[in-house]
Amino acid sequence: MTRLNLTLIAALLVAVPLSLLAGRVWIDPFHPALPNATLIVLGLRLPRAVLAVTLGAGLGAAGAAMQGYLRNPLADPGLFGIAPAAALGAVLSFWLGLAAQAWALPLFALVGSGGAMALLGLIAGRSDSGVALFTLAGMMIASLAGALMSLVISLAPNAFAQSEIVTWLMGALTDRGWAEVRLALPLTLAGIVLLRLAGPGLDALVLGEATARSLGLDPRRLQALLIGGVGLTVGAGVAVAGIIGFVGLVVPHLVRPLTDRRPSRLIVPAALAGGLLLLLADSLCRLVPLVTELRLGIALSLIGAPFFLWLLLRLRRRGVRDGGLG
Amino acid sequence: MSALRATDLTLPGRLTGVDLTLRPGEVTAIVGPNGAGKSSLLACLAGLLAPAAGAVTCGGEALAALPPRERARRIGYLPQTPEIAWDVTVETLVSLGRLPWQGAARHPARTTPAEDAAAVDRALVAMDLSALRHRPVSHLSGGERARALSARVLAGEPAWLLADEPLASLDLAHAAALVALLRAQAGEGRGVVLVLHDLAMAMNRADRVVVLERGRIVADGPPEQALEAALVSRVWQVQACWWGGPGTRALALGQP
Repeated sequence: MTRLNLTLIAALLVAVPLSLLAGRVWIDPFHPALPNATLIVLGLRLPRAVLAVTLGAGLGAAGAAMQGYLRNPLADPGLFGIAPAAALGAVLSFWLGLAAQAWALPLFALVGSGGAMALLGLIAGRSDSGVALFTLAGMMIASLAGALMSLVISLAPNAFAQSEIVTWLMGALTDRGWAEVRLALPLTLAGIVLLRLAGPGLDALVLGEATARSLGLDPRRLQALLIGGVGLTVGAGVAVAGIIGFVGLVVPHLVRPLTDRRPSRLIVPAALAGGLLLLLADSLCRLVPLVTELRLGIALSLIGAPFFLWLLLRLRRRGVRDGGLG
Repeated sequence: MSALRATDLTLPGRLTGVDLTLRPGEVTAIVGPNGAGKSSLLACLAGLLAPAAGAVTCGGEALAALPPRERARRIGYLPQTPEIAWDVTVETLVSLGRLPWQGAARHPARTTPAEDAAAVDRALVAMDLSALRHRPVSHLSGGERARALSARVLAGEPAWLLADEPLASLDLAHAAALVALLRAQAGEGRGVVLVLHDLAMAMNRADRVVVLERGRIVADGPPEQALEAALVSRVWQVQACWWGGPGTRALALGQP
């Protein structure tokens, strides 16, 4: 266990209890005068905090793996098309009027991400596809899923259904409970394990595809691990919380300078930091004094977009390859 | 240590019926004009390019049949245009050469972290990089970077070192130093195969020279024999002659 990981775990151990106390209703841990304090903490805020850490961890790890695979600091988990495909599945459940059933939306989202994973697997397995072809295929899946999602929204039976879909797509952890934790936690953990197993292959790719193969990289095995890892983490996230952007892009940048920059060494710290960031962002959403709670996806994009601009400016100054980033 | 052998190697448009047996303990230079098939031949010898016909064997075993990590433990490969995606330190870069030895937990070839660290240290010492081990690669000069990339190959401690134009971006002094270091590796029993454009370097520093022309071997032997002036003139389509004595020859263009 590295010092960085220990520090991030310690930060999470501090942040999680604090997030349980924060919200529209503040809870004083020493004088819990509020009659429903236990219910609020254990029934509402604890599952939400666990879910925030879980989904953030999945997105952080997936982002780190994607950037390592593409050797590009601008890559994010959405590039493989798994998130849009999962969102398409979820949107279809709204369109079919099944979203009111607790099981339907996550199931449809997971089927959507599974479909994208199967398509990617088919492409990876059928030819000796390099990084570029594989990624282009993912981007095509993302584009197709996005177009189909727009089509479904435009064909929604009524304005209320449209509004419901659009609101859901913004991503949120509001009203999520232990049922969502039970679904997302095992899938995300399994995904992070697969991404961690992809670590040595990602390290080899630091030196380019030809050198990586000369170092014994099996490109198909690496692609399979990435499809599984990104599919499970991102698919689980979309299934329970909608689309949450920027965590996968931003977190690896924040953590990379604190590691030796080997992609394998970034997966676990990016997972821990992703969990921490999403927990803090979700806590902030609860605290912002608006009529309705600020949507998590909007809050993260508000933080992420300026960061992305700053990143682009920094890239222009230093050059992606020569200076390296972060 | 066993030979690296190419038999009737054919890649349409690039190589035609190449037969070549490379011996350990020698520095072999592969030379030829642009487009002669040098890099394709090296990539085939490294097992990275599958020939349309023919085969490459290492110690009698077909490269294509070896598991990728096993092949990587035997053959180290330095590409023509090496890239480094992230700004890692020299030590981290060199340690990537140990990846072929870090497979499944119970694999008999798997090495311990201490063994890996020792191999990285040896490679850093061999390439005279110990003082730079903590420096980010973005802070290295061209020569230092070339040495670090060569050290990455050495760290894997393969039986064969294959390098595609390793001297291309180096000045004279650094090129000479790198060739001397690679010769020292051959002296320890490794097979060293270099694709070179500098014919004088091949003439003066290689033990053996293989001349390729349009995908075929047209000369193969000791440098003085393989790079005979008449052949150089014909293959490169220039008037050329050699000056100086053995070990210090220089190539002059034009009539003697």
